[in-house]
Amino acid sequence: MSSIAKPPVFHPSARTNALGLRLRDYEGGMSTLCAGCGHDSVTAALIQAAWELSISPEIAAKMSGIGCSAKTTAYFMKQSHGFNSVHGRMPSVTTGAAAANRQLVCIGISGDGDSLSIGLGQMCHAVRRNVNMLYVLENNGVYGLTKGQFSASADIGSTSRKGVPNQMAPIDPVLLALSLGATFVARSFSGDKQQLVPILKAGITHRGLALVDVISPCVTFNNHEGSTKSYAHTRTHEVEAVATDFVPLKHAIDIAPSNGAVIDVSMHDGSLLRLRPATAGYDPTDRAAAYAHVRACQARGEIATGLLFVDEGSSQEMCDELKLPAEPLHDLPFERLCPGSRALDELMERYR
Amino acid sequence: MPLSPVSRWLDVAVTDVSNPDYYHKVVDCQWACPAHTDVPGYLRLIALGRYDDAYMLNRESNVFPGILGRTCDRPCEPACRRGRLDEKPVAICRLKRVAADRRGDITDRLPTGAAEKNGKRIACVGAGPASLTVANDLLPLGYDVTIFEQTPKPGGLMRFNIPAFRLPVQVLDEECDYVIRMGAEMRYDTPITSMKGLLDEGYDAVFVGSGAPKGKELNLPGRWDAPDQVHIGIEWLANIHFGHVTRLEPRVLIIGVGNTAMDCCRSAKRLGATDVKVVARRGRQHFKASQWELEDAEEEQIEIIENHQPSRFVVEDGRLTGLEFDVLEWTEDESGRQRSTVLRKEIIPTDAVILAIGQDNAFPWIERDIGIAFGEWEMPVVDRETFQSTREGVFFGGDAAWGPENIIWAVAHGHQAAISIHAYCEGRDVAERPPRGMTLSSVKMGMQSWAYDNDYETAKRQKMTHEDLTTRFADIGIEVELGFTPEQAAREVRRCLNCDIQTHFTAPLCIECDACVDVCPTRCLTITPYVSPIDELRQLLSAPALNLDQEVYVSHALPQTRRVMVKDEDVCVHCGLCAERCPTAAWDMMLFDLKLPYAGQEMAIR
Repeated sequence: MSSIAKPPVFHPSARTNALGLRLRDYEGGMSTLCAGCGHDSVTAALIQAAWELSISPEIAAKMSGIGCSAKTTAYFMKQSHGFNSVHGRMPSVTTGAAAANRQLVCIGISGDGDSLSIGLGQMCHAVRRNVNMLYVLENNGVYGLTKGQFSASADIGSTSRKGVPNQMAPIDPVLLALSLGATFVARSFSGDKQQLVPILKAGITHRGLALVDVISPCVTFNNHEGSTKSYAHTRTHEVEAVATDFVPLKHAIDIAPSNGAVIDVSMHDGSLLRLRPATAGYDPTDRAAAYAHVRACQARGEIATGLLFVDEGSSQEMCDELKLPAEPLHDLPFERLCPGSRALDELMERYR
Repeated sequence: MPLSPVSRWLDVAVTDVSNPDYYHKVVDCQWACPAHTDVPGYLRLIALGRYDDAYMLNRESNVFPGILGRTCDRPCEPACRRGRLDEKPVAICRLKRVAADRRGDITDRLPTGAAEKNGKRIACVGAGPASLTVANDLLPLGYDVTIFEQTPKPGGLMRFNIPAFRLPVQVLDEECDYVIRMGAEMRYDTPITSMKGLLDEGYDAVFVGSGAPKGKELNLPGRWDAPDQVHIGIEWLANIHFGHVTRLEPRVLIIGVGNTAMDCCRSAKRLGATDVKVVARRGRQHFKASQWELEDAEEEQIEIIENHQPSRFVVEDGRLTGLEFDVLEWTEDESGRQRSTVLRKEIIPTDAVILAIGQDNAFPWIERDIGIAFGEWEMPVVDRETFQSTREGVFFGGDAAWGPENIIWAVAHGHQAAISIHAYCEGRDVAERPPRGMTLSSVKMGMQSWAYDNDYETAKRQKMTHEDLTTRFADIGIEVELGFTPEQAAREVRRCLNCDIQTHFTAPLCIECDACVDVCPTRCLTITPYVSPIDELRQLLSAPALNLDQEVYVSHALPQTRRVMVKDEDVCVHCGLCAERCPTAAWDMMLFDLKLPYAGQEMAIR
């Protein structure tokens, strides 16, 4: 909570994007999350990414379920569409929205409780279908809204605030998504916007489902010594596999040169991802290598971050599979949308 | 700005906020004010309706809140942070007047002369704001202060040069009297004709606060052919004050476009002149008058003529009938110097001319062989810090020191000269200046609750109501500005950003969660790897400042990543959201109270 609304004043040098909007035009309401919550930094990164991509607020849809993470959507892009769904059902509601209007920029926000417990099946099937959406999973290892019980992403040995260690194996959304055929899988950290913002921009631009698992510390229930999802632990155990630079369409490639090898990935809209593997030989387009890398890091007690896997070229998103028209369903003339009773009769005839 | 040498972990030039100058500079208005009046402090008192306290807080540093609340040149307002947010500054000056106008009886709270005298005698020359400030500071310490004044009343230029429609006489009398009643010995109608003679009277120290009383002359052909129709601005204003001048011819030309010219033209309107023109040598952007004084004059239908340089007084049959001008065109050469060319000659008919082209000091009464050195322009050589002349024990202040300035400067000089005089009389080195001190205290009252109103007021600057144009000319004593209504004052004080409530950072507590960085409305905060020099660091900020006058705060290295917290002070609106969103109270909002040294209170600060 904060006692006042953010003062409506701007830095005198505040720039505008291609739409003539200032960064602060992408803000939402004041956060009622705890002070220092990682989710607020994710919000700030989303605002930055949306502003830099010049997304028209009216074509964005912000979807969430239940939990602390679900409040995030209220705190950015106040002029966009939003849907706060039943617990764990964000993926299916987003699936419907994405099918009904392919022009929507769907931004789904979920948490480790929402996606890895009650909504695990929902998440899995959205990944399988490759719904065209950004899927942000704000992962803090606890149920913050119900006072800090371990969630399904808590690591073995990570302790609660009272010092009790977790005994059950964690569900890692990154490994899960890789095994389910996800076409864009990344992990990042709310405390590292330099890494997070380009990943979010790439994820929004990606055709298909972009899963971004963001370690987003719960400052109230899971930021103590013994926690493996605290600010301090994440900072000391994070190993960035790939650094990401996002080059928007029609921009000169203006990126700091790097010593190592560079992998360029062309996005479907013409923009460019320039990936700089931190460890020599890492190939973010190789699913098996990505899986092995994440497992190896896990075994060493490290957290693999960065854009771990991307498959832009062969990615077919759900609407492609379903052969849906490019325009939103509500813009289709009635004759195209509804084939009429004669077409139905003909169809029925085939089953007689 | 103050930087301490080395951070604990890294070679970081950490900002030293224990130096009072650092936080003082953040309070733009207080920093810009020569007397360093605690502006946000008294505005908050006005907001609480504590007008007496607001008045007393003002008086501590500027001695004449009622006078200055009407006449100050307000260096604080152009400095106001609101001005950098694409807005107009807070109407600080007129709020000062609110405190003065609405105060109750504060006489029992005023300082009093010491019951026990210390046996030291001080002579002050001139009873203007500088001398009165010296008396104000020294009388409570037990000094005998004698003020010599050549006119029958105290106030100096505040009385003779500021017309009553801007400064009512009773306001002036009252505030002068607050000082005099502390026990100053007033010698009215006593011009000092010899410094040597004064020194021979055995005073322990002499303070010269005699102002810059000589209006500049314009020696052009015809100047002395009709002398009754040509007046020197400041003398003419004084003559109005004493009732020697009560009416004026219908057509008047005022030469010069400073604040004195504004007072002259508006006075002329009240003495029956109907066609009043102010004539300037240069274009409007070079005018010396304050913007608001120009506006007030133009509201009274005074015409301001640019680019006219007087060349001749036109006198026919012993009567002045006009003034001849060179009409100029100004161009800028390659080196940026302004050059003028004469386009044509033009005569503007008039019945009277008032010269308001500046003032000079005049010290014919100071002998040149008594150890007081004079330098350029026949001005005494005065030390900028101690206000002492080249003769020990003789001090100068106000306009007498370095030429015409505003009242608030005279007050600031008076305070410093009093410190010097006190040190001199106690046998201490006057060059050793007492340091400024400060206190910092948290204003946190609870989770998200502060001892100040941190919400942002979006209202525009309140407009001052003026006396009706038809009624104001009836009498020169009718005050034009009516003052803010209580509602206007309440609205206007809320516009103050409370720049003295400082954002205070404690690096070891920071967990680098970015909450403060994310919530800051003007993007003042950045967590970044440290680089030096500061110009390079500025380039890494979330929103690099346009105005480089304000400092950049650099913290110690942060515990987790050894990056640094950097805060650009330039457009922080002191809303406290960084502290509200900080989970570890690494950011706190703290009230900065500048402790200024005054004579006799130097030790209290250390």
